[in-house]
Amino acid sequence: MSAFLEVKNLTVSFPTEDGLVQASNDISFSVDRGETLAVVGESGSGKSVTSLAIMGLHNRQTTNINGSAVLNLESGPIDVISAPEEQVRRLRGKAMSMIFQDPMSALHPYYSIGDQLSEAWRLYNKGDKKAGFKRATEMLELVGIPDASKRVKEFPHQFSGGMRQRVMIAMALINNPALLIADEPTTALDVTVQSQILQLLKDMQKEFNMAVILITHDLGVVAEVADRVNVMYAGKIVEQGVADGIYYKPDHPYTIGLLNSIPRVDQLEGKRLIAIPGQPPSLINLPQGCSFRKRCTFADQVADNLCATIAPSLDMKENAHFSRCHLTEKQLVAARGGK
Amino acid sequence: MLKYLVRRISATLVVLTLISMSVFLIFDVLPMDPARLTCGKACSPAVVEANRHRLGLDVPVQVQYGRWVKGLFVGRTYGEGQAEFTCPAPAFGYSFNRHECVTDLLKRAFPVTLSLAIGAFFLWLFVGVSLGIVAARFKNRWPDRASNVFVLVGTSLPTFISGILILLFVALKFGFVNPIDLGKWVSPFENPLGWINTFIFPWITLALAYAATYTRFTRSNVIETSSEDYIRTARAKGLSEKVILRKHTLRAALAPIVTLAGLDFAGLLGGAIITEGIFNLPGLGRLSIRAVLNDYDLPIIVATTMLAATFLVVMNLLVDILYAYIDPRVRVA
Repeated sequence: MSAFLEVKNLTVSFPTEDGLVQASNDISFSVDRGETLAVVGESGSGKSVTSLAIMGLHNRQTTNINGSAVLNLESGPIDVISAPEEQVRRLRGKAMSMIFQDPMSALHPYYSIGDQLSEAWRLYNKGDKKAGFKRATEMLELVGIPDASKRVKEFPHQFSGGMRQRVMIAMALINNPALLIADEPTTALDVTVQSQILQLLKDMQKEFNMAVILITHDLGVVAEVADRVNVMYAGKIVEQGVADGIYYKPDHPYTIGLLNSIPRVDQLEGKRLIAIPGQPPSLINLPQGCSFRKRCTFADQVADNLCATIAPSLDMKENAHFSRCHLTEKQLVAARGGK
Repeated sequence: MLKYLVRRISATLVVLTLISMSVFLIFDVLPMDPARLTCGKACSPAVVEANRHRLGLDVPVQVQYGRWVKGLFVGRTYGEGQAEFTCPAPAFGYSFNRHECVTDLLKRAFPVTLSLAIGAFFLWLFVGVSLGIVAARFKNRWPDRASNVFVLVGTSLPTFISGILILLFVALKFGFVNPIDLGKWVSPFENPLGWINTFIFPWITLALAYAATYTRFTRSNVIETSSEDYIRTARAKGLSEKVILRKHTLRAALAPIVTLAGLDFAGLLGGAIITEGIFNLPGLGRLSIRAVLNDYDLPIIVATTMLAATFLVVMNLLVDILYAYIDPRVRVA
C-alpha cells in the first residue's frame, strides 16, 4: 500500500539573469492520509517552492521541474508534475488544497466571505448561490467562527487575522481534500492565535482524515503537530524522520544548531542561546561538497576534507531516520552533547 | 451612508460657492474694462457709462456677485423701460457682444460638447482598457510591444497635431466630410448617422490621446494585481485562468479606473478647446476661448468656468459614491 502523496527526486530550478537558481534539489518524501509532515527550514531553503510545484502553482514558463509527485487517488495515481495543466487545475481545491502565510492579503478584498467560499464549493458541486452560502456557513461553523450565518455575508476586512486564517482553512477544506498544504499558516498571527489555529488544523485533519504538509520555520509548531519532519537546507532535505527522533536525537549539525538556538523553559539560568554562524549559501552557485559545510562547527572532524569535496547522500542513521552528513555515529553523539 | 452623503454634498456646495467667488474676483482685478469693450473705437464716454450701468458693472464687486447669484435662481432683468429685457432663471448673465443671454448660448453649445465627450469617452475606454488587458496578459510578447507603440504615439502626439492630421489626411482627403458641413451640429435623435458623421473624427482624435493613458494604466494595474496573494488563492481553489482574470483580477485592477475615467470625462464636459477648434465644433470650448481671446466677454467666461468646475466637483462626488459601491472597504463603518 503506497502513501497518498509520493514525491520522488523532485528538483525545481529557475533561470535568472545571474544564473540557474536551484530552489529545491532531489526532494523525496511521502505523506499518507491522517499524517502530518512538517517541512522545516529557513527562508530560501526551498520549502515553499516544493509545495507550490506540487500544487502546480509555480510559473510554468519560468520554472524547470524534474522528478515526480504522485497522488494516489481513488480513481488511480496521477503524477501532478507531468500531468497536463488543466488536469492539475481540476485537482486543486478538490484533491489538494493550500493555505498561505498571510491571511490578510490572501482573501479577495472585494468579495464577501460567503462569495469566496461558495465559489470554491460550486466549482466542484452542483448547487446555486444559496446552496453555496449554506455550505459556506456550515464550514465557518466548523472552523469555529461565531455567528457564522451573519458573518458569511461580511467582507475580509471585517475579520481579524486569526479569523481570516480560519476562513482560509474553511475555504481550503470545503471540498474535503485528501491533502492540505499549509505554508506557514501561523507566521503572520499573534502567538495566542497561533496555537488556536494549530489546534484547528489538528481537529480538521481528524475530521477529514487528510494528509497535511505543514511548512514552517518554527520548531515549536513542529513539536506541537508533526508526525514526521523534513529539515531542509539550501534546497535539499538534510534530515528526515519521525518528529520525536529529530527532537531527541538530531542527526545533522544543522538540526542540532536549530534546536540549540531555541530558548528552553527548563534551562532558565542566564544561558546564552547558540546561534548558527554565517549565512546560507546562494542557490545560484552552490559550493561543491556539503552545502552546510561553511557554517558547520564539526566539518573539521571529518577525515580527508570529505565535506569540501563530496556532497553527503541522504543515508539512514542508527535511529531509523535519514540525514545528509559525513559525521560518524560517534561524532554525532558528541555533537548532540552526549545524548 | 446618508450622513456621509449629506456631508459630501454640503462640502460640494461650499466648494462651488468659493469657485464662483474666485472667478468673479479674478476678473474684477484684471486691468480691463468690460464696459469699454461693449462699443467700438469711436465710443463716447457717455455711452460707455450707460453700458456700464446696463451691465451692472457700476456697483462694487460684491454687489455684482450678489446679483449674479440671485440671477441664477430667479432670472435677471437688464436695462429700463423700452430697452428692458429679461434672462429667465437660471441666468448666467447677458453677453453684450453676442446680444444673447448666456444661458441660451450654453444651451446650444453644451449638446455639442456632450456629444463629443460621450463618444470619445466610450471609444477610449473600450480601446484603452482592452488593449491594456491584452498587453498585460501577453506581457513582454509581441501584443504587449505593439500596444506599447500605440501608447507612445498616443501620448507623444499632441491633439493639435493628430487632429489636423486626421482632418486633412483622412476626413477631408477621402471625402468622409464635406468641408462646408464641417462641425455642423446634427441632433442624434433626428439624424443618428449624421451625428456620428459629424463626431467620428473628433472622437478618434480625442480618444487617441486618452486611450494611450488608459492602456498603460490598465496594463500596469492588471500586472500588479496578478501578483497579489488573493489571485494565488483563486488559483489554488482550482479556478480557470479565464475566471481568475474576469472575476478576480479585473475586478480589483479596474476599480481605480473608475476614478480616472470619471474625472477625465468631467474635464471634457467643460469643453475640449483644441479638438473643438480643429473640427469647427460649436461647443463650450470654442465658446469660452472666443470669449477670452476676442471679446473679453466676462459673463460667458464666468459661466463656462463655473460649468466646468461644477462638472468636476459633482463627478468627484459621484465617483466617490460609486467607489464605495465597488470597494467594500471604502464603505464607511
